[in-house]
Amino acid sequence: MQSHTITLNINEEIHIVAVKAADTLLYTIRGKLGLTGAKPGCLNGDCGACTVNVDGWPMKSCLMLTVEAVGKKVTTIEGLRETPIQQAFVENFAFQCGYCTPGFIMNCHSLIQQHPDADDQTIKEWLESNICRCTSYIEIEKAVKSVLNKK
Amino acid sequence: MLPFDFEYYKPETLQEAVELYQYLDQQGKQPMFFSGGTELITLGRIDLAYTEAVIDIKDIAECKVMQVSGDHLLIGSTLTLTQIEEANLFPLLTKTASQVADHSARGKITLGGNICARIFYREAVLPFLLADSQVVIAGTDGGKVVAIHDVFQGELKLKRGEILVQTATESRFIRAPFFSFKRRQQWETGYPLITVAALKIDQEVRVAVSGLCPFPFRSKEVETALNKSGQSAVARVDGALAVLPKPILNDVEGSAEYRLFVLRNLLVDVLAALDGVRIR
Ligand SMILES: Cc1cc2nc3c(=O)[nH]c(=O)nc-3n(C[C@H](O)[C@H](O)[C@H](O)COP(=O)(O)OP(=O)(O)OC[C@H]3O[C@@H](n4cnc5c(N)ncnc54)[C@H](O)[C@@H]3O)c2cc1C
Ligand code: FES
Ligand code: FES
Repeated sequence: MQSHTITLNINEEIHIVAVKAADTLLYTIRGKLGLTGAKPGCLNGDCGACTVNVDGWPMKSCLMLTVEAVGKKVTTIEGLRETPIQQAFVENFAFQCGYCTPGFIMNCHSLIQQHPDADDQTIKEWLESNICRCTSYIEIEKAVKSVLNKK
Repeated sequence: MLPFDFEYYKPETLQEAVELYQYLDQQGKQPMFFSGGTELITLGRIDLAYTEAVIDIKDIAECKVMQVSGDHLLIGSTLTLTQIEEANLFPLLTKTASQVADHSARGKITLGGNICARIFYREAVLPFLLADSQVVIAGTDGGKVVAIHDVFQGELKLKRGEILVQTATESRFIRAPFFSFKRRQQWETGYPLITVAALKIDQEVRVAVSGLCPFPFRSKEVETALNKSGQSAVARVDGALAVLPKPILNDVEGSAEYRLFVLRNLLVDVLAALDGVRIR
């Protein structure tokens, strides 16, 4: 089938890639661009391991075609540098195996940007999108609240 | 990852989208409109959906509106559920939509996609059924505005190649007192066991339900029973349960018996919230 040569803005860098229309954003960023921070889990929109940010909002990259990202700003975990939420995850031991961590951090990062005064209800609503098989939920909650409270 | 590839089109006008559909259909490409696209991406992966040509309608201006026009609120079909929730122009819709899937997924799932979905819950349609909304549909014969009740019977009865463009809802329904609750089998995300949305207008309670039957519905018979004057709330709920549409779902989410038990309690909650009755 035909390949599309498209321009993507990922982590403030311009990438020109050849993709198939059916390629998901997750597949492209991992397989073509080597950005393997976003993790494949369920590939069905259920687990959140693949979460990136698109125009500042959390996006499950397994639910998006790469061609849909044209003209949008994509941020992956590799694009975050020394953000408070990354530091807070370390300080609060908010992970065990770490597989879910990039997805959780990208979701938390968006939440902090979009709703800096998020209440418990909002935090819960947003973070329900991600699953942690190691059940680090309490520590993740502490991490995100430590950043929100500082603001 | 999808096991097949397809052509990808992103028309900017309704006319272009409608014509593209006709053209690609004649070529046997089984074209598919693509809004949030989660149906094709998730069902295509497991070979339950297939197309050779995707028509992405997210660039079409009419499908992106969210505005009050005269006495109506217009909501475009390609707005994501998150966009609709954040704007919060129709609180009953905000509440009902916010119960669909999970927060991140709602940043992809769109209003039109949820209403036209093959997965039959279609929870976002409930507020429009309650509000006697109108829908704008585009097809080869141009555009038309029709009452949602004329085109939504369990599913949106679109002709091949027609596009749901917008919904239009009168403001008196937008301001009406409402109730919306989703009961799941377990946890706080996932498909409904039962979702009930209700509103009160002109002294009458209206209810719409998803997850009870293999289609969402609003039923005149159920509402007549619920609004019967001079009867106790329990008798009214019993009357409503006796005239439900069929079949009642009986699946891994819950048995038919359990669903009816949950619905009974939810209908009591509706009467408590909107009619001020006290039972429990
Ligand atoms: C993780 C996840 C969780 C979910 N949980 C729920 C839930 O709790 N409750 C629930 O009700 N649903 C749920 N769903 C189902 C989801 O709402 C549907 O799959 C819906 O189709 C998604 O909307 P979309 O915008 O992605 O639709 P799309 O995939 O773009 O479209 C769905 C269908 O409608 C057609 N279509 C789309 N827009 C139009 C239009 N404007 N005019 C004509 N046809 C159109 C498409 O051709 C396609 O056949 C869930 C889905 C996922 C991925
Ligand atoms: S891999 Fe995307 S949500 Fe699970
Ligand atoms: S830390 Fe292992 S899945 Fe979350």
